[in-house]
Amino acid sequence: MAGDKVDPVHQFVVNKIIPIEIGGIDFSFTNASLFMVATLAVATAFLYFTTSTRSLVPGRMQSVSEISYQFIASMLREGAGSHGMKFFPMVFSLFMFILTANMLGMIPYFFTVTSQIVVTFALALFVIGTVLVYGFYKHGLGFLNVFVPSGVPGILLPLVIAIEVISFLSRPISLSVRLFANMLAGHITLKVFAGFVASLGTLGALGIGGAILPLIMTVALTGLEFLVSFLQAYVFAVLTCMYLNDAVHPGGH
Amino acid sequence: MFVTAAYAQSTTTEGAVTHDAAAGEVHTETGVAQEGGHGSGVFPPFDTSTFASQLLWLAITFGLFYLLMSKVVMPRIGSILETRNDTIARDLDDAARSKAEADAAIAAYEQELAAAKAKGNAIASTAREAAKAKATADRTAVEVSLNNKISAAEARIADIKTKALADVGAIAEETATAVVEQLIGGKVSKAEIASAVKASAK
Repeated sequence: MAGDKVDPVHQFVVNKIIPIEIGGIDFSFTNASLFMVATLAVATAFLYFTTSTRSLVPGRMQSVSEISYQFIASMLREGAGSHGMKFFPMVFSLFMFILTANMLGMIPYFFTVTSQIVVTFALALFVIGTVLVYGFYKHGLGFLNVFVPSGVPGILLPLVIAIEVISFLSRPISLSVRLFANMLAGHITLKVFAGFVASLGTLGALGIGGAILPLIMTVALTGLEFLVSFLQAYVFAVLTCMYLNDAVHPGGH
Repeated sequence: MFVTAAYAQSTTTEGAVTHDAAAGEVHTETGVAQEGGHGSGVFPPFDTSTFASQLLWLAITFGLFYLLMSKVVMPRIGSILETRNDTIARDLDDAARSKAEADAAIAAYEQELAAAKAKGNAIASTAREAAKAKATADRTAVEVSLNNKISAAEARIADIKTKALADVGAIAEETATAVVEQLIGGKVSKAEIASAVKASAK
């Protein structure tokens, strides 16, 4: 039964590295914590050192940093207008953090921080919390206009408002589950197909021949997962921009 | 299921795991794994016992990341981009100014060229005019002097003619006197001969 070790879910297990307990609550430094720190370090180091020369004509790596910056800047400007630019550090941090965490997760034996629902849900709540706090701070009760679309006939209004409220409340869930489920499912699929290769390979010549198919699958899925890693970070950032637009322009839809 | 022990191991075990499997061990399905997946027996991402720690460390790392981004990295990239845009704008301005200067220089050159051409034409035409005038003047002077000479010559011819004609009279008189003396041997008065010559000359 040692074969149980090739378990596709095993990669998501959180292990304590340095046990810490404060007030009876477990705050241990785990492998998840380790990869959060790694994400922080890798992303910061990349952005910091590639721009350290401050070249007027950027090199390749400096270009990557600049393009990320401009990419998020234009995304936010299109999504939330120029008033939304005060959230630029937030959206940029979210995008870079999620992207780096996703990409680090693609390295074999590395823990994927974003495959934990609690992490993605916390990030989503951070976004929605920012929208709520800023919306009420800036517009007071006028922020409630976000639930009242303009140009809706009076009879339909209660129904539409109910729908709007439900859709608003479902935002943190959809935002967090989308990222979590994509990362989780992708890694499980990869692991399953890679596991097929390993187990078929043990069945002699025929098995090795048969292992080619899951091997091709694994290679293809790896490419797909890199795409998904980027895409989910992008989607998270785009939706953040859209939600922030509600906080900046509550009556704007 | 002897899984629990396996899961208690650190992630590094996973490395050995795949190799073990390759070496001849059999893998299992997801379902089996879920049953004994973790010490607490739940699907790892839904294991609430890890939530507090994950939230704390996420707050620490993401908070620090946000701080580093907003205070260090983003102002830096922003300033790089701004500097570049400024430089490009300035260079474009310089280029536009240089082009304007070049255009002005070309215009000035064209103008001077035109002026020089006009001046050249003027000089040429005045020279031509002067030459023509001089030629005309010379010609008229020559004509005048020629006319004078002609008229002087004509006058002299007329003079000589009249003198010659006058001489003709005298010669005729002398000849007539001599002829008369030879023929009749007598002297004839000069007046008579002169009147006779005049009468016959008419």
